[in-house]
Amino acid sequence: MSASVAEAASAPQVAVRLIGVSKRFGGVRALDDVSLEVQVGEIHALLGENGAGKSTILKILNGVHAPTAGLIEVLGRRLGEHTPDEAKRAGIGMIFQEMSLVPTLTVAQNIFLNNEMKDARGFIDDSSAQGRARDLFATLGVEIDPRAEVSSLSAGQRQLTEIVKAISRDARVLILDEPTTALSGGEVEKLFAFLRKLKGEGVAIIYVSHRMDEITRIADRATILRDGRHVVTAPMSELTLDKIIEHIVGRRSRGFSDVKREQALRGEPLLELRGVSGPRKPVKIDLTLHAGEVVGIAGLLGSGRSALARVLFGVDPKREGEILVRGVPASINSPIDAIAHGVALVPEDRLRQGLILDHSVESNASLTILDRLASWLFLSTTRTREAADRQIAGLRIKTASREAPVRTLSGGNQQKVVIAKWLNAEPDIFVLDEPTGGVDIGSKAEIIALVRDLAARGKAVLVISSELSELLTAADRIVVMADGRIVQETPREAFDDPNPSDDLGERLQYAERKLSQIIQRAHSHV
Amino acid sequence: MSETVANPATSSFLANWRQYIPYLGFVLIFAFFSATLFNQGFLDPNNLLNILRQTAMISIMSVGMTYVLAAGEIDLSIGMVAGLISLVAAVAMDHYGPVAGVAAGLLVGALVGAVNALLTTRIGIPSFLTTLAMMGIARGTAMWMTSTKSVPILDDNFIWLFGGGNLGPIPVLVLWTLVVAALGHVVLRRTTFGRRVLATCGSETAARYSGIDTRGIKMRVLMISSLGAAVAGMLYAGRLHSGRFQLGEGDELSVIAAAVLGGTSLFGGAGSVVGSIVGSLMIGVINNGLLLMGLEYSQQLIARGVIIIVAVAISQSRK
Repeated sequence: MSASVAEAASAPQVAVRLIGVSKRFGGVRALDDVSLEVQVGEIHALLGENGAGKSTILKILNGVHAPTAGLIEVLGRRLGEHTPDEAKRAGIGMIFQEMSLVPTLTVAQNIFLNNEMKDARGFIDDSSAQGRARDLFATLGVEIDPRAEVSSLSAGQRQLTEIVKAISRDARVLILDEPTTALSGGEVEKLFAFLRKLKGEGVAIIYVSHRMDEITRIADRATILRDGRHVVTAPMSELTLDKIIEHIVGRRSRGFSDVKREQALRGEPLLELRGVSGPRKPVKIDLTLHAGEVVGIAGLLGSGRSALARVLFGVDPKREGEILVRGVPASINSPIDAIAHGVALVPEDRLRQGLILDHSVESNASLTILDRLASWLFLSTTRTREAADRQIAGLRIKTASREAPVRTLSGGNQQKVVIAKWLNAEPDIFVLDEPTGGVDIGSKAEIIALVRDLAARGKAVLVISSELSELLTAADRIVVMADGRIVQETPREAFDDPNPSDDLGERLQYAERKLSQIIQRAHSHV
Repeated sequence: MSETVANPATSSFLANWRQYIPYLGFVLIFAFFSATLFNQGFLDPNNLLNILRQTAMISIMSVGMTYVLAAGEIDLSIGMVAGLISLVAAVAMDHYGPVAGVAAGLLVGALVGAVNALLTTRIGIPSFLTTLAMMGIARGTAMWMTSTKSVPILDDNFIWLFGGGNLGPIPVLVLWTLVVAALGHVVLRRTTFGRRVLATCGSETAARYSGIDTRGIKMRVLMISSLGAAVAGMLYAGRLHSGRFQLGEGDELSVIAAAVLGGTSLFGGAGSVVGSIVGSLMIGVINNGLLLMGLEYSQQLIARGVIIIVAVAISQSRK
């Protein structure tokens, strides 16, 4: 390591330079002309909402994606091709959230995995590897036994091992994506001490986290992104929490203003959760859904929103607490139980969980009501067709025919097929997880209008969404989750400007900013 | 406008022509043997009926295998179970008459299927291992039952119904194949159960999220497979007038090959009963053709292996 200190002194001062980098996915601009410099020996935070472009930058640096336009230099050298191998050769080390260590091998074996030290005869030399690992740990002040099996380490120790593994391969730029999610408080301190030491050795660190308190403590500078654009890069000393949030949230305009929101008539409680916990998330959820109302759940990725949906639908087991349907305790241990209690889930991952892609629209739409479509054992072709046609017409699903495989439909129409499947089953309680994910703006508005319509027909609806404008348009009440818990529950009206503007779009923007601030704050306090 | 109408038709034809590869392969192999073995009597009606008789058991078991593979599972025990059932039926018949024999055969078949199904779905042992173990257990039980001796079957009705008889010019074995294939096809394509199997095969996760009891589906397909093996075992017994532990030996490979040749994926996905029957016939034709060519048994084994690998490689390459 001492050699690399000298090296760092003579090496360029800029570790990573992005010049005018853009990235498109199909028609979507994920990154738009972003320029950015990360200095040698600096911890640089990358901030922004979900979808602001952070992970796209990480993936480009890591060689997973190639930029559509722009240049990238690492330590003064331009990246030629964009492959993970090339990124590694250039000195970029990505530390994954889901760790890439083999649990059944030792720490030393993992550090030198696929890069093993050999003895004179060409055999793997575990004892020199252990010695080398011990030296590395000693210089970096890490107390881990290189002979220990990785499975016996704590989450924090694994994280450190992972970083040392990258360093041992001459990584000069470390990328850490939410490195503390699995760590305890004490482990976070150790990680920070370690990162500061690495910084002193001339390593550049790109740090991504939703936890503002950590950012303010560890980062030297921060870059804030919004909607794929670079907003600001500044030293942390010049950024207050309020300023950061303001930059992250920004002013925005996205059009849902044309969706009608009729005043909801709250009916009887259809679904009550009392202290419901799942396997890891959610934690002790108390929530009531009434007939005729839409409740929105906001929160960042990993806040436990989808986990709550899975517990409600019987996919994930419920660890504790009680679920009541129409005031009666319901035992929901599988989707079959959930459906029997009138609960439907439009799942997060439409392609994997929602649809059988190679099957027809008709076949997908009838999946939930096969028994109702059958005479004795045999499926009635006529009734199956009717059920499909009714929904194709009602939801205006654009498809070549009811026999077309759903794979051939657009994202918005695929999502409508998932909804059709559940409308056919006529449940009372709808849970929709990111119902407009990957859906074009026209279908988005249609789907949100449909959500309002369901409530108007006396259903209880729970909508999970990362799009705040969508939540604010659809919901009567908004629940904010962070770290698996509900941190705040607010009626929709509370987000309105006390001096409302005449412009619908501006009113929505105001509400959006307010909600986004609540979400960011919720995550900075956990 | 005319374009949008024409497009789906063209694309569906292009998407579908690959489905016909199994049938095309069958025609090609049949044509090849017809041409080269014309003088050895390949096309002789008796020879053709013989092919149908010989492949009946494979065909019947391949129907069950179609369900099992479609649901993303596998059943390796069928061959050995067929042998075991031939003995169980023969022994029961010897003591209590033909009706008891058939009942015992079906009962033991159902029992084996239930054990396979419970171990796979309730305890979570992969069906590959469950049925591999069951293969040994069935074989061992069959050998142990009668100390490896075969048990003769003397009941003429049983022999007629299970394998030996003809209805007019048509061998009863062919009728069995037709009935099982038709039943298998209709159940898979027209009933709610069949739709649930196909949904499980299309996407197990999506099926589960739609409220389909995918575990229950897997249980039932493994039961169906064992029952198919039980019927095949009794057909072997009827055809050879005896129960023997060797009957059905190695059939699991022919049956899996037949299903895969017919377009059923080994990893779940598409499943077609008609395709499996065609695949079985292909294997029957290959066996018969190689025999007529005068190949020794050792050479037949090699040639059959190569042909199956080539055919499966072609039918799988469509993915």
